[in-house]
Parts: sequence; structure tokens; C-alpha cells
Amino acid sequence: MTDHHSDIDSVSGKSTTGHEWDGIKELNTPLPRWWVITFYLTIVWAIAYWIVYPAWPLIASNTTGMFGYSSRADVAVELANLEKIRGGKMVALGAASLADIEKDPALLALARAKGKTVFGDNCAPCHGSGGAGAKGYPNLNDDDWLWGGTLDQIMQTIQFGARSGHAKTHEGQMLAFGKDGVLKGDEIVTVANYVRSLSGLSTRNGFDAAKGEKIFAENCVACHGDGGKGNQEMGAPNLTDKIWLYGSDEASLVETISQGRAGVMPAWEGRLDPATIKAMAVYVHSLGGGK
Amino acid sequence: MNKTVNPKDLTSDGDGPLYAAHKKVYPQSVSGTFRRIKWGLMAICLGVYYFLPFVRWNRGLGAPSQAVLIDLPNSRFYFFFIELWPQEVYYFTGLLIVAAVALFLMNSVGGRIWCGYLCPQTVWTDVFYAVERLIEGDRRERMKKDKSSDPMKLERISEIVLKHSIWLLIAWWTGGAWVLYFNDAPTLVKELVTFQAPMIAYIWIGILTATTYVLAGFMREQVCTYMCPWPRIQAALTDEWALNVTYRYDRGEKRTSVKKAAELRALGQQVGDCVDCYQCVAVCPTGIDIRNGPQLECIQCGLCIDACDNVMTKIGRPKRLIGYDNDINIQRRQDGKAPVYKIVRARTVVYSAIIAAVGGFMIYTLATRSLLDVNVLHDRNPVAVKLSDGSIRNAYTVRLLNKSGYDRVIAIDAEGPVNLTMHVVGADSVTPDRPMIVIPRDSTSELRLLVTAPAENNPDKSIPVRFHVMDIGLGVAATATDNFVAP
Repeated sequence: MTDHHSDIDSVSGKSTTGHEWDGIKELNTPLPRWWVITFYLTIVWAIAYWIVYPAWPLIASNTTGMFGYSSRADVAVELANLEKIRGGKMVALGAASLADIEKDPALLALARAKGKTVFGDNCAPCHGSGGAGAKGYPNLNDDDWLWGGTLDQIMQTIQFGARSGHAKTHEGQMLAFGKDGVLKGDEIVTVANYVRSLSGLSTRNGFDAAKGEKIFAENCVACHGDGGKGNQEMGAPNLTDKIWLYGSDEASLVETISQGRAGVMPAWEGRLDPATIKAMAVYVHSLGGGK
Repeated sequence: MNKTVNPKDLTSDGDGPLYAAHKKVYPQSVSGTFRRIKWGLMAICLGVYYFLPFVRWNRGLGAPSQAVLIDLPNSRFYFFFIELWPQEVYYFTGLLIVAAVALFLMNSVGGRIWCGYLCPQTVWTDVFYAVERLIEGDRRERMKKDKSSDPMKLERISEIVLKHSIWLLIAWWTGGAWVLYFNDAPTLVKELVTFQAPMIAYIWIGILTATTYVLAGFMREQVCTYMCPWPRIQAALTDEWALNVTYRYDRGEKRTSVKKAAELRALGQQVGDCVDCYQCVAVCPTGIDIRNGPQLECIQCGLCIDACDNVMTKIGRPKRLIGYDNDINIQRRQDGKAPVYKIVRARTVVYSAIIAAVGGFMIYTLATRSLLDVNVLHDRNPVAVKLSDGSIRNAYTVRLLNKSGYDRVIAIDAEGPVNLTMHVVGADSVTPDRPMIVIPRDSTSELRLLVTAPAENNPDKSIPVRFHVMDIGLGVAATATDNFVAP
């Protein structure tokens, strides 16, 4: 083997590597020293890193490094810090009364921000991300409240739910007049048309209003009240307004009267802490301006 | 066996190696007009940079009292009587446009005068050179000391240590002054001294200390020649009327010695004024010979003018053999015509006009900007809600900005083609039809606004709605428009 260092390039005067491709030779130019030093430093750094930080996977675990650092512990510390920063404010929120929160702009902003996040996590699947609701799931932006729309009533509904099984839950349901054989098919159609007439909707040709009123008075007034104004104690909707949870067309009403309705709102007490429930009540109340 | 070959021996045809190795420049001290201008500008630049953060400005209780402050945590920028909010950062765009065009204007008037007198790289390198000169002596001494291959003497070592210490001190102070622009200066100084300052402050001081030390102490003219894009851009922006540092070869050539020139002159012969003393080269901070014509490396600092003037005075010849001039005038002089200096020309007029227009617009908007502002965002989910009585309600998120230094009581109105009623969630007080809200000074308030169209005049399509906010104390008002949507 020839000593390639003896092969000198005639133009630059530098030695070549001795490799030649089609008459082109490669100059033996060493890497700059700073570059080489940096390269060695990165190797040293890498080895130090393996030792200091958790790096090597073992069969069931991994090396823990010198100081027992773990990213999970890091996150725990950051969360604890966050809690420390926010802690005071959430305590203030928990201590304030619902009415006071709505009067204090700072607490109101905090409650709305907190409530919005928690609403998105817990309530949006049924009520929609903006609280717009869906068929069978109340729209929280409007002014119609099955169980009452004051701050306290909203909070109570969130805490204990409706037909949730909780000891303090709202109870009451729409009976299945058709399924249970209380009303016959033509009676159901008649009373459905009567209910439509209550809120000024059109009725079927030849519908017997007097008969509908009679059926309504015998079967529905107990819950929906005289004239169908509803009853928030029992979650019985107002039948004279323009808002219909399950639809206002005849077919929907017939289905409601025949099959009954009993939508369930879960109880959040125990799942969310009291301050968070309070924040959510304030948020929901402010969505539609509450009652 | 290794054989070393000197590349110079191989290139008989004049081709050098692909790049020139760096040659250290040893600028000599010089005195004269341009040197004085440079000292003066240096003092102003450094004085402003180092001491501006300590200038106080009373903005009232609770507001920062620093004249110039970039308050990143609170997203505010304070500049004497001006306070900018994040929404107004476009002022910086205007400032950048003015700065860029001012650079073009300077360039079209006097070449790279920015580089020679005001560029931070020049200013700090000049300071570092002054320190070096003070400790190690002038050009010749420094060259001798660097060349000397004697083992380092204690005296020399202490000189070097002292020089680098002072350099590092200046560099450290440069970094220190930088962070003071981002926090209350006296407080931060106290924190820095007692090691209570946030880590980011120390990191930035470290970065700027390192860059100042390296760029002004070691890189020096290489920054201007190899790192800075301006000489390349400048070459494309300059024209034949720009006054560049120019060697007037019509007067200087042919170069002869002082003695010979006197003899020839006595014989009535034409001789050049240049006596080939190389003083212009010795003082040049970028190490070039200006007599070779305009060069990329030239930063137009004018020190060679001072050096040459001193020599001309000594040998009794007129000054300004080197001066701010252009080739047109050299040609005119050769043709026996008087030189012409045209500073007012299309280029400079246009640049000045742009500066005046942008600057004027900025001043106008700054002077007339409202300290009360309103932004409205329509709820998207749901866009519209039907209420129990059949009326329609839209919800909006309204952000009110009170940029003034006092609390404001704001009344809000919503106007549309149909009769609209409004409710503000959490309003402080509600007069019959106008909700009122208090916004503390220098802050924003976010409100939820519910606007309802009564059932009897429900719009059947989207209609425009104007939100009118008014400071009921002072009558200052702002307006935002949005749409009222029917379901």
C-alpha cells in the first residue's frame, strides 16, 4: 500500500487521500479543530446523559439515572405549582355565594372560564359544546327551564341531576298514556292537537277541541297545570310556549303522549368538587342570562 | 514522508488559493474632524443605550415609572408618553419601514455612513479598539508585541489579562443594560446583585456579553465584510451621486516622495499630492487601501480622510486628497470643470417623501388613536336561540379596552334596523335601556351580551347590528358592527 500522504496535489499543494475517480482526487483536508472538539464533546455529553438521566430500557423497567429524575414527577410538580397559583382563587370561588359571584366581575370571569372548560369536558356530549342542546336535551341558552332557571335551581339540578338515582334528585316523568292503555289512539291524536292549539300551532281539520280539552283536564292538568303552563317542581314543561324539547309536530306529540318521556340528567355531586359545580352553575346561568 | 508545499510557489500565473487567510488589522489612532464626529456619536449612542432604562417617567400610581419599558408579562410597551398595546404593534412595522428607508436615504446621500458612524458593530469595536490602544499601545507597539516570539513576560500577560477583563466588563454591562429595558431598572439591578433576578435575565446577559465580547473583540471588521448583508445590498442601492470616501486620484497621482515632489515642482512639473505614506492604510479599521478605489470592505468611517489631512497639512498641501466625493466630480475636475454636489435628486426626494408619509401617518394615528375600543365576537354555537315567547336572541362576546390611565364607566347600546333589547351578563347597573359597566384603567373587560329581537319584529334574515360604547363621563365613544342572525 502506498503512503497516500506522499501524493501531493499540484494546484493546492495539499496531500490527497489517495482516492481517485476518473482523474479527480480528493484533498486530504482535515476537519477544523473546533468541529472535531465539538464532536467529541457531544459524545461525552451523550455518555453523561445516559448516566445522569433515565435512558436505558431494561426488561421490566429502565435505568433511573443518578437523581431519580422522571418526566412524570416533573409534571406532578408543575401541576402542584399550578394548583398553588390557582388555589386561592378557587377557594374564594368556593366560599362566595352564587349571587356574590355574579356581582363580582373578577369572580364572574373566573367562574365563567372554569365553568366553560368543565362544561366542555362533562356536559357537551348531551347539551352541545355551546349548550345549544338537541332533541331531548335542553338548550341552555334559552329562557325555558324545566327545573327552574335561577342560579340556585340550576346549581341544584347540576348537583343532584334529574331521575339520576341520587337521593335528592328531581323526580317526575311523563307517563306513557298509550302504552299503559290509559288513552286510546284517537284520544291521543285529539289531545295532541289540543296541546298544539295551546301554543297557537295549527290543528288537524275536524279536530274536536272540546273533547281535547276534556281529555287534557282529566289526564294532564295534574302535572302540566291549568292551561298547560307547566310545573317546574315536577319538571313538567310549559306547553303554551314556543319551545319544545321533543318536537312540536303532531307525530312527535303522539309519540310523547303514547310512550312517555323520562330524560335523565346525571348527578354531578361527588364527581366534581363543590367549587367547580358552583362555577358551572354560574356559567350555565350566564349562557342565556338565566332567570 | 510528508512534504509541505507552499501554495504560493505553485501559482505562477497569479491565481491565489481559493480564500485569503485572515490578516489581523492594527488600526492606528488618528485625530481630526471625522474622528471627533465618531467620538461624539459614540458617546451619544452608548450614553443612550446604557442609561435610558434609568430615565423615569411618572405615569401615576400603579403604572410603571420607567420612560422606556418593554413589559412582556403584561403585554405593554412604554415609550415616554406613549403606551402601546399588543393590538398596536403595527406601529413597529411603521418604525421598521422608516428605519429601512432612512438607511436607504443615508446611503444615497453619503454611502455607508450608517456603517461608519452608527452601526452597533462599529461603535462597540471602536470602544474595544480604544481600550486595546490604551493598554497595549498604538499600531506599531501592538504589531511588535504580537510578533514577538519571546516567552511571555509577566508584564505582557498582565496587559492581556487587563485588556480582556475590561472588554468583558464592557460586554457584561452591554448585556446588563439590555435586560433593563424589560423590567424596572433599579429593581432589576438590585435583584441581579442579590441573585434574586429571574434566570432568563442572567441567560440574556450571558448571551449578550458573549456576542459583544466575540463580535467586538475578535470578529471586528470580519463582521462587516463577511457576516453583514448590508454591503452587498448597499452596492445595489447606491448611485453615481452618492458621496463615498474617495481617493481623488486626479490630484494624488503620480505618487512620489515629499523630497522628489518638491524638486519636480520647482522645475514646474506636474506631480501628484500623494506621498505614499500609507497613513490612510494604517488607520483603516478594515485594513484596506482606499487608493485602490471603492471597495466592499470600506465602511465609510472617514478616518483615512483625517489621516491624510494631517499629512497634507504637514507637507503644506491642500487638505482632502481623500474626501467624501464621487467619480463624476473626479472626472469633472480632470476636465477642468467645477465639481457638482447633488444631494437633492429623485432618489433622495422619494426616500424622504416615504419617510415623511409613513412617519406622518404614524404620528397622526398615534395622536388620534382612541383610548377606548370595542371588539365583538358573535357566538357560533348556537348562532341564534329561540325564546319561549317566540322572540330571537343572539349572544355576543364583547371585549372592551380601556387604554386610558383612569377607570371608565361605559354605557353600551345595540342598534339595528329593528327594535332590539339588550342584556349584559354581570352589568354593574342597568338604567332602563342602557347597561353600564366599569372598566378599570389600562385593562380589558370581557362581557357576555344578549341581544333580543321581540317576536313581533323577528327578522327573517341576518341584519346588521351596531354596538355603541360610550364613556358617560367624558363622552369618548367607540363602535363595532356585527350581524344579528335569525335561526
